[in-house]
Amino acid sequence: MELTLWTYEGPPHVGAMRIAASMEGIHYLLHAPQGDTYADLLFTMIERRGQRPPVTYTTFQARDLGGDTAELVKGHISEAVERFNPDALLVGESCTAELIQDQPGSLASGMGLNVPVISLELPAYSKKENWGAAETFYQLIRGLLQEKANDHSGHNPTAWKEQGRKPTVNLLGPSLLGFRCRDDILEIRKLLNENGIDVNVVAPLGATIADLKRIPKSDLNICLYPEVAESVCSWLERNFGMPFSKTVPIGVGATEDFIKEVRELLEMPQQKNESTDKSKLTWYSQSVDSNYLTGKRVFIFGDGTHAIAAARIAQKELGFEVVGLGTYSREMARPTRAAAEKLGLKALISNDYLEVESAIAEAAPELVLGTQMERHIAKRLGIPCAVISTPMHVQDVPARYSPQMGWEGANVIFDTWVHPLMMGLEEHLIGMFRHDFEFTDGHQSHLGHLGGQAHQEVVQPEKQSQDIDDLHDAEQSLPIWTSEGKEALAKIPFFVRGKVRRNTEKYARQAGCRNIDSETLYDAKAHFKA
Amino acid sequence: MSPNVTNLNKDQKINMSGTTLLKESGPREVFCGLTSIVWLHRRMPDAFFLVVGSRTCAHLIQSAAGVMIFAEPRFGTAILEEKDLAGLADAHEELNRVVKDLLNRRPEIRTLFLVGSCPSEVIKLDLSRVAQQLTHAYKGRVQVLNYSGSGIETTFTQGEDGALSALVPLMPEENSNNQEQLLIVGTLANAVEDRLKTLFQRLGISNVASLPPRKSSELPSIGPKTKVLLAQPYLSNTARLLKDKGAEIVEAPFPLGVEGSELWMRAAGKAFNINESLLNKVLDPLIARGVKALEPYKEKLSGKKVFLLPESQLEIPLARFLHRECGMQLIEVGTPYLNREMMECELKLLPENTRVVEGQHVEKQLDRVKEENPDLVVCGMGLANPLEAENISTKWSIELVFSPIHGIDQASDLAELFARPLQRNELLDNKISSIN
Repeated sequence: MELTLWTYEGPPHVGAMRIAASMEGIHYLLHAPQGDTYADLLFTMIERRGQRPPVTYTTFQARDLGGDTAELVKGHISEAVERFNPDALLVGESCTAELIQDQPGSLASGMGLNVPVISLELPAYSKKENWGAAETFYQLIRGLLQEKANDHSGHNPTAWKEQGRKPTVNLLGPSLLGFRCRDDILEIRKLLNENGIDVNVVAPLGATIADLKRIPKSDLNICLYPEVAESVCSWLERNFGMPFSKTVPIGVGATEDFIKEVRELLEMPQQKNESTDKSKLTWYSQSVDSNYLTGKRVFIFGDGTHAIAAARIAQKELGFEVVGLGTYSREMARPTRAAAEKLGLKALISNDYLEVESAIAEAAPELVLGTQMERHIAKRLGIPCAVISTPMHVQDVPARYSPQMGWEGANVIFDTWVHPLMMGLEEHLIGMFRHDFEFTDGHQSHLGHLGGQAHQEVVQPEKQSQDIDDLHDAEQSLPIWTSEGKEALAKIPFFVRGKVRRNTEKYARQAGCRNIDSETLYDAKAHFKA
Repeated sequence: MSPNVTNLNKDQKINMSGTTLLKESGPREVFCGLTSIVWLHRRMPDAFFLVVGSRTCAHLIQSAAGVMIFAEPRFGTAILEEKDLAGLADAHEELNRVVKDLLNRRPEIRTLFLVGSCPSEVIKLDLSRVAQQLTHAYKGRVQVLNYSGSGIETTFTQGEDGALSALVPLMPEENSNNQEQLLIVGTLANAVEDRLKTLFQRLGISNVASLPPRKSSELPSIGPKTKVLLAQPYLSNTARLLKDKGAEIVEAPFPLGVEGSELWMRAAGKAFNINESLLNKVLDPLIARGVKALEPYKEKLSGKKVFLLPESQLEIPLARFLHRECGMQLIEVGTPYLNREMMECELKLLPENTRVVEGQHVEKQLDRVKEENPDLVVCGMGLANPLEAENISTKWSIELVFSPIHGIDQASDLAELFARPLQRNELLDNKISSIN
């Protein structure tokens, strides 16, 4: 039994819904009690879909349990097939139905329906949403393509050359409730077209059953979101000999690597390296304005794909210092650990947001890159933050075009990550000028009046210095700040004040100082620089 | 009546008080009783609601709450794992461990509700036994209670009925020192509750208590000197238990709208033998003001067609208000569950032949919505945008359990909630033709 106050991922059948709702012509029969229908709102409210997800819930009740629930399931299946006339029927169960073991998949298969039935077994008591999405996508592809596997074993990714046509690829993994998938597809399609590569099938988002059947006809698979598509890509590789690309093109460097990998797999000539200029991130990061970004301490947490990509961008493209890296996704624990190790860190693999919160507090970063939950954590801690990953929030489905992948994705990332820091800087300037006579009391920057995240993420300059007194009430063992020491601390820009305070106290304890004055502050500064 | 309604179960068609009561079964689209934790935990800040269930339960509550958690919430889920399903004895032990961890972490908690879910009910986890043992273990510090919010037994607001029912046995029995009291039952917004208490005081009813109270550990007394006035229409089990304790249940419509609230307050006045002239003196100016405040919305809503899908059990009183005070035309009034006895006063006030449908076949019901093309549909969160995408205006039913809508003074706010989608519709120049 696990005590959970909030969860990053839903149950696995929600992952299955993501696949069903992403596609066209699919219906999902879900053996589940009433109440489980809440999942519809994830699509119709968070993602603002104008259609209900294609799901029929059996909504059985306690009084049905005494009778024949199998008949109830069959009744719902016939009715759903008649009403929705799908090209394929997914059949599965949620956590409660798993316990009563009606085996709706077998029931449906035995009904002689004139529609392909894909039975899903998604263990609700051990697995979670992303796993459910990956498994559903895999079962669907396997169910539709298995028979053809042997015909295609001699797959040749360079067939396009002999056939005198452009190479074609499939984009696998984008789904509803995935982070910016809608825009990533457009961006990657554009990127591939510039490289003379055509996109054959995009799946599951927007795909039909007929589209899935066309997958083996392409030269190469692109695994855009490993959380959803890696198992499918591996299966297609094993059974159809189709290779797949493994680089996720988020960030300038990763986008370059992605192009290289794809061209190599297709045996296309490599291009001269001129792509760095295609994103403004490279120049903006090099420009003198960005000097202040140097060594900014950043804490990263999210799904595996986006967290790992963010770590690379933060370190290699923006010159930040990554002080924490983690993921809630156990399936991505291994690559995340490897990425963290390279940075000299121990990865945080956790589904407990309170654990994430204390790790952030401990690391005392200047910027948090995380999910909506880390945004709230950062707000509480007074640290700027940008959102890089699911779980999805209505704010993560912006009306404007805002991919994460490719060149434009890198532009979006630069703006999204750097603006919260600039806002912090602006607040600092206000702090500096607040004693000028032009500065009327109570004035705030325009940010101060914003209702949105900008306002909430800006640190209140006064707050942290006041906290010192509170802190001493709580922990008597800490050295005491003299009023002169406090004054000196208050003059330090607020966005490094927390770190300076922490370091100075640490130094004072080590050095055995009982009182902290401005000299202790300078001593500590020199000590930590040395 | 539209042709599609003939699909409804005729055998169960009953005419009562002029309304046509029908039953429908099939796939439903309603929240389960766990959802009521979202407002209950705010009402009683010293209580914690621990769902014993699955990741689905945890995900449901956080999704229905529609907000991220800003701090540590006062609700959570003990998520059952494979090993808990293998042996019940171990599951009980595990639950003890989780509760211990939780209470160590949250020493301010006075009442802990163990909330049963679909999976815990199916594997027959004995939460009442665990609750008893834990109450004993934390004697004097924490009271541990249990109820079921499972979807196989409850919908949405029935969760509150379960939680309040669990509190009833702890209510102290009246003694000779107790005076006659009025007990308002059902969660109200704090501001509304204060206002209603002030008004009852003006009527000369000064001893007014509430269930649930603002502090879970300060439960009102119960016995024959208590007259119960239900503020919410979904508390049939709680009402029965209070009656068993000797309290009198005052029969009245529910305090939604000027008329409903007036009749509700008058019923209380009558039960306390308050004389007619005092009642008129206090209520008449409020009514005049309330009716006047309703006028602009009545203008917007009058003659418009409304279709209420089942969810909160507030549908029947709301329909009565929308028809009688706002002039709306009732196409269909859905309700997840109908307690005829509790709804008798309300049903009498509905116009002849109002189609009241208990239960749901969501697909057929949506077919009827499309056939009837109403001006406004009151529905759950999952259904709203798909209807909006067909240019049918909607109102979320969950908003009605969160908003301060009870009482004469709030009647115009209640009307405004329904008028807003229609007004918005008029304001916008462009409408979508197709999306997705």
